[in-house]
Formats: sequence, C-alpha cells, structure tokens
Amino acid sequence: MMAPLFSSKLLLVLLFGTLFGLVLGVLPGLGPTTGGALILPFTMTLDPLSAIILLTSIYCAGTYGGAITAVLINTPGTPAAAATCLDGYPLAQKGEAGRALGMATVSSTVGGIFSVIVLVFFAPILANLAYEFGQPEYFALAIFGLTMLASIGDGSPIKNLIAGAFGILISTVGKDFMTSIDRFTYGINELSVGIGFIPVVVGLFAISEMLTQSTLLDQVFKRVALKAVKLPTKDDYKKTWKTILRSSGIGSFIGVLPAEGGTVASLIGYSEAKRFSKNPEEFGKGSVEGIAGAEAANNAATGGAMVPTLALGIPGSATTAVILTGLIIHGVRPGPDLFKEQPEFLYGIFGAMLIANVLFFIFGFFGAKLFARITLVPNKILWPMIFAVSVCGTYSLSQSIIDVWIMLFFGVLGFFMRRYGFSVVPVIIGLILGELVEGTLRQSIVIFDGNWLMFLTRPIALTFFVLSFIALAFPLIRSKKNKKII
Amino acid sequence: MNNVRNKKRANKSLPFFFRIEFRVFFTIILISTILLISTFSFDTVPPILNRGIQPATFPKGLLVLIIVLTSIIYYLSFKKPWKNEKNLPKPFFLTILSFIIFIIISKTLDFFLAISVLSIFVSYNWGERRIFYLLLVSIIFPIVVFIFFEMILGLRFPPGIITNLYYY
Repeated sequence: MMAPLFSSKLLLVLLFGTLFGLVLGVLPGLGPTTGGALILPFTMTLDPLSAIILLTSIYCAGTYGGAITAVLINTPGTPAAAATCLDGYPLAQKGEAGRALGMATVSSTVGGIFSVIVLVFFAPILANLAYEFGQPEYFALAIFGLTMLASIGDGSPIKNLIAGAFGILISTVGKDFMTSIDRFTYGINELSVGIGFIPVVVGLFAISEMLTQSTLLDQVFKRVALKAVKLPTKDDYKKTWKTILRSSGIGSFIGVLPAEGGTVASLIGYSEAKRFSKNPEEFGKGSVEGIAGAEAANNAATGGAMVPTLALGIPGSATTAVILTGLIIHGVRPGPDLFKEQPEFLYGIFGAMLIANVLFFIFGFFGAKLFARITLVPNKILWPMIFAVSVCGTYSLSQSIIDVWIMLFFGVLGFFMRRYGFSVVPVIIGLILGELVEGTLRQSIVIFDGNWLMFLTRPIALTFFVLSFIALAFPLIRSKKNKKII
Repeated sequence: MNNVRNKKRANKSLPFFFRIEFRVFFTIILISTILLISTFSFDTVPPILNRGIQPATFPKGLLVLIIVLTSIIYYLSFKKPWKNEKNLPKPFFLTILSFIIFIIISKTLDFFLAISVLSIFVSYNWGERRIFYLLLVSIIFPIVVFIFFEMILGLRFPPGIITNLYYY
C-alpha cells in the first residue's frame, strides 16, 4: 500500500499538504473545501497521484486543524469542529487547553486511521457492486445523494433542497451534452462550455466568507493561553476509548453516505457520546468525552467520504467534491474501473491518507501553539491576500476573465444565501452531480422507451428510491419535531 | 433569547412586502420565473434526434421544483416568521463597491492593478492604517502572486498597463 509513496517528491507533497491543511483548518472561515478549491489550479503542474495526495492530505489535516481554533478561541476553524467548541473551550478556560487539544489530537488521529481502514476494505466492495449498475441505477443513486442533502447541517431541509436544485440548474448552463443546444447562455460565448466548478466553489466559499468577515470586523477573539499540548492521561483513555471507537464507527458510516460529511458526523458523534456517557451532566462544561466524540467522528468522516467518491464518483462531502473535480481534471475517472485498472494509484491515496493522519498528529502535538498564532493574523491583511490568490487561481484554470466575474457573482450570492439560512454546500454537490443526474435520466428514458414506471422494475434503483424517500422524510419529521422546517 | 424573540416580533410587525421571507421568496420566484420563461426559447430537436427528453425539459422541471419548494417555505413562514437579520455594516457595502471597482479596472486598465486597488481599498476600509501592511497587501503580495503564477505555473495574464511592462 505504501510502496508508491516511497518517493521524495510524494513525501514532500504529503508534508506540504498536511501543513497547508492545518493552516487552513486553523483559520476560521477557510477550511479544506475552500483551500482545496484554491489549490486545485496549482495541482495542474503535478502528476495525478501527487495532485490527489495533496488534496487528500489537505482534507485530513484541515478537518483536524479546526479543533485547534475551536479549543483556543471558541470559534470552529471548520464547520466540522463546531461540536468541539462545546467542550473544548470550557475545558481550555479551566486552564486545561493542553489536555483538551491532546484529546482532540489523539481522537482525530484514531478516527482518521479507522476511516482509512474502512476505506481500504469497503471502497473495493462498493466498486464491485457498482458493476451491477446501469444508467437507471446511477440515476437512482444520484437522486439518493441529492435527497441526502436535506439532512446536512442543522439548517432547513427544504432550503437545502432548493440549494441542491439550484446547483443542478447551474450544471445545465452551456451546450446540452447530448444535443449541443445552448441553454441559459444568452449569447455569451464563454458560457457555452458551462459554468466551471472552481469559480463557483471559490465564490461560494472564499469570497462569500470575505463578505461575511466584512460584517464581523468588530468581533474580538480571545485566545486562551496554551503552554503545551498534553497527551491524555490513563484516566482520560479509560473514560474515552469506547467513545472514540463508537464515534469513529459513526463518522465512517456518515461519511460513506453521499453528500454527508464531517459536520453531520461530529454532531451525531457528540450527541451519541453524551447519550452513552456515565456523566452526561459534564457535557458542555469541559467533558473530554465530548471532545473525543466530536473529533473522532469528524476525522472518521474523511475516509468514509472517500468511499463513494472513489468507488462511484458520488462525492461524500463538499471537500470530496473538490477532490472529485481534481480527479476528473487529471483524467482519472472514479468508479469500478479505477479499482481494476489503477490499483496502485488508489493504494497511493489510501497510504497517503494514513500517513497524513500520523503527520497531523505529530504537527498538532508539537506545533499546535505555533498554528494557534496564525489566528492572530488580522483579517484586514489576510482576506485581501486570499482575494488575490482566489482571483488568480480562478483565472488560471481556463484563462478566462469571465470565470472571475462568475466567482464574484457567486461570492455575493453565497453571502446572501448564508445570511438567509441556505447552506452553500448543496449547491456544490448539486453542481457536481447535475450532469450525472440529467445524463442518466435521459439515457434511462431511452432504455425504457419513455416508460418511467420501468424504474420500479429495477431492484437496485428501487432500493435507492426507497432510501431517497426515507432520506427526505426523516429530516422533515425531525425538523417538524424541532419546529425547524424553514 | 429575548433578543431573538424581539427580532422575530419586529419582523412580524412589518407589512408583508417588507418582511425578509417575502423578499427572499419574491426574489427567488421572480428569477426562477424569468429563467423558466427563457427555457421556452431553447431550440428543440426533431424527434429522430431527441434522446429521451428535449434539452429544455430538465431545466424546466428543476425551475418548477424550485418555485414549488420556495412557495412551501414562504407558506410555512406564516406560522414561524424568520428572524430579522441586523443591518449590514458600512464595510460590507465598501467591499461590494471594491468588487465593482475591481471589475471596472481589470476590464479597462489592468488585471493586477485591479487586484492592488482592491487590496488596498479593502484593507484600508477594514481598518488597516499602517503603511507597511498596506504596501504588503497591495504591492508586495500581488507581485509575489504574479511571479508565482507567471513563472512557476507558466500562466499568461490578460494584457494591461502594468502586465504589458513585463510582457513587452
């Protein structure tokens, strides 16, 4: 598994990716999704394996990096670290920031490694299953992935679905891939090739965050003092090992589900840790179990999310949507054939993810104090710099100034979407699944000679439709219970 | 908690066309309807070449879905009004203005000049007053980015008054 990695170039890429991922994770508002999208144009100079290793190491380390900010300044560096704030910061306030970060580092590493093992075993099984899939099955699977959007985050399921449908709508801009007829181009030649993924992602994540930061200039972060990260004590291990393992399992499972990711995983991991705990009253006041539950789950989701991404070409999270784009840009087609034709490529990725988890443990353990200092870079200096990189990165992919306008447009749109409770993640997932949904639907209709009911005669497709129905019904029922349907 | 209640109450007391949920609903429905109407002007393919459905059918279905879902959230907002967001501060509008200035300068003068102007404009309006840091974000950093993209990635930027100095 590790053999392809024994080259100084790949190890260097891995090292850089892990460090860069940590920095992105630590900075509130950035994160592995935005960072991955920003660095995607730079990967064009790399070979496919190096490029994907860079993106996956950013994904693993960035997910962990969010915990440092969550513990020290009570602001999640990434959305996946939101649940870590609940107990990480109170524990840090008690003068035990080192213990809180130590627990976050250990549980993130265990969760991450656990999920890579899940990835190694389950991705080939899922890929083999995918050989049974025809166009109708892929359509049903994509619909399942989209309906899962209803349950992401803690936002409104209906708003998530609107955002997902909007994402698919964006994918229809340009020439229709079956008939070459222009759609929504309005005579603009540059739009004939469609709207690129990178301008949309960079706009929705980086530029909209820049606008959000412009509204938060009066916010002052108070950083808790940190002497050094401490390894958890024997007592801590005794208290948390079951939680870490449970959350690793939960995180990996949630990660495998299309469209779900670390944010959902950490919230469920945290609430399950509380439910199973002997001391639930300590949660919210600095419980190490709470930190372990959230952190093991969000890092376990990284490997899990790579399973559908590599085996089926369906992204397991927003960041894996960026990785999927990276694969496609580099001419690698995810799916069952990839496992048959390029096993060494896949094992390179698996091995890299495993090493990235070990590396962020080392960097996190010895360098958390240094990484925490990055949060001191003032926004008034940081964001203009991020803007410069975003603009050049977006321009560089197809050397089109129109892409930069599109990025700015989606930045403003993303800001207002977030302001009014629409998550931007479904737009990204919808955009990446759009072509698959439309293509497989139209081909299925041809296969079925226009008879839509024929979908119901395909057992796998039917199973996915039933799962889609459950995926839609569950969050709606839950939201109705919590009165959070809108 | 009281604050949130007050915000909601404030939103509910407004005439319906001033409420956030109506404004969001109206904007989405308006844009979706315009797009939906535009799909009727898409070319159609003869039945012999048509694979399954016409190219306009799928976007039409999506737009109808968006309209239906938006109507549902608006209907539900009668029972549970959205909370009123606080007004956007001045730096937000100045940042939006800087985007517009960026577009104008990059289209007429120079791509990198536009980045420099935006950087200094944003940094200054966000409260930075130290000359060194203003120079860092507006001149030093864009030069580093230019060198990186131009020399390492081999990217050619659009011509302009500053980039031409380098290219010619």
